[in-house]
Amino acid sequence: MAFARSERPRLPTAIKILVAGGFGAGKTTMVGAVSETRPLRTEEVLTDRGIGVDDLTSVEAKRTTTVAMDFGRITLGNDYVLYLFGTPGQERFWFVWDELAEGSLGAVILADTRRLADCFPSVDYFERRGTPFVVAVNCFEGAPTFELDEVRLALQLSPSIPIILCDARKRESSREVLIALVKHSARLRAEPVGS
Amino acid sequence: MRGRDEHTDEHWVDPEIIRPYVVTRGRTQPAHGRFDLISMALAVGPAPGPDAGLDPEHIRILQLCREPKSVAEIAAYLNLPAGTIRVLLGDLFDRELVSAQEPQAEVDMHDMKMYRAVLDGLRSL
Repeated sequence: MAFARSERPRLPTAIKILVAGGFGAGKTTMVGAVSETRPLRTEEVLTDRGIGVDDLTSVEAKRTTTVAMDFGRITLGNDYVLYLFGTPGQERFWFVWDELAEGSLGAVILADTRRLADCFPSVDYFERRGTPFVVAVNCFEGAPTFELDEVRLALQLSPSIPIILCDARKRESSREVLIALVKHSARLRAEPVGS
Repeated sequence: MRGRDEHTDEHWVDPEIIRPYVVTRGRTQPAHGRFDLISMALAVGPAPGPDAGLDPEHIRILQLCREPKSVAEIAAYLNLPAGTIRVLLGDLFDRELVSAQEPQAEVDMHDMKMYRAVLDGLRSL
């Protein structure tokens, strides 16, 4: 009772956006604010060097690490589903970032002005990789307020990279950040640079 | 954490680590297809009967995938690592019980139409 090929229901196209930033910068908060479900968690169990484990007696000898990622889903009509992935914080998980960044539409880097330096590694990473990104300054209560220009200077961002104030707890505000990222990515990738 | 000298045969490794391997009978790679975290899967055809030789996890995946779901979502709902889900999805794909999307194949990051659709979708949230 197989479906004829032409009758196969079409799968929506999945699109990925990464939400990066230092520990406590509000990554999961933002994912939850715009997603249609509460943030979900997926785990990858990683063994040293990715050697295939086909024999359980050797499991113990390998170091096994579990990397957890929080993510959310936004269904965009029938044709697209957008997934937002909070990047795992620890830098030893760069290789997980590589898998996440591959084929992604872009990244939001959440900055906390109390710990601005925490987002340096993310900025470096996405710059090096050529992944489009925007910086969203999460406005925590009681955090020092900076002019966006000061943040840009501190992070040594080029003028072409959008930088936005946001409240990651608010759906509207987080949505605006995503819209800014999609526009930025479209400018960089969908049209010739400089047009 | 258990120290080395406390190791006994009964407690040689965390059961949470073992479960994924039991579910897949030790396999770490799907027989066919490569699925990444956002590869989408959708159950196709009639639900298989009890004689189909499927494991409970296979059945749960088919139930979840009545609507399109990604590998990451299936993993989250079944509380199993994504790697395990890839193997199980490979089984279902081989039996033509799911239709699945190859990773990244269809997303063209230069396609203006895609950006417009995503922007329109986000604006109407």
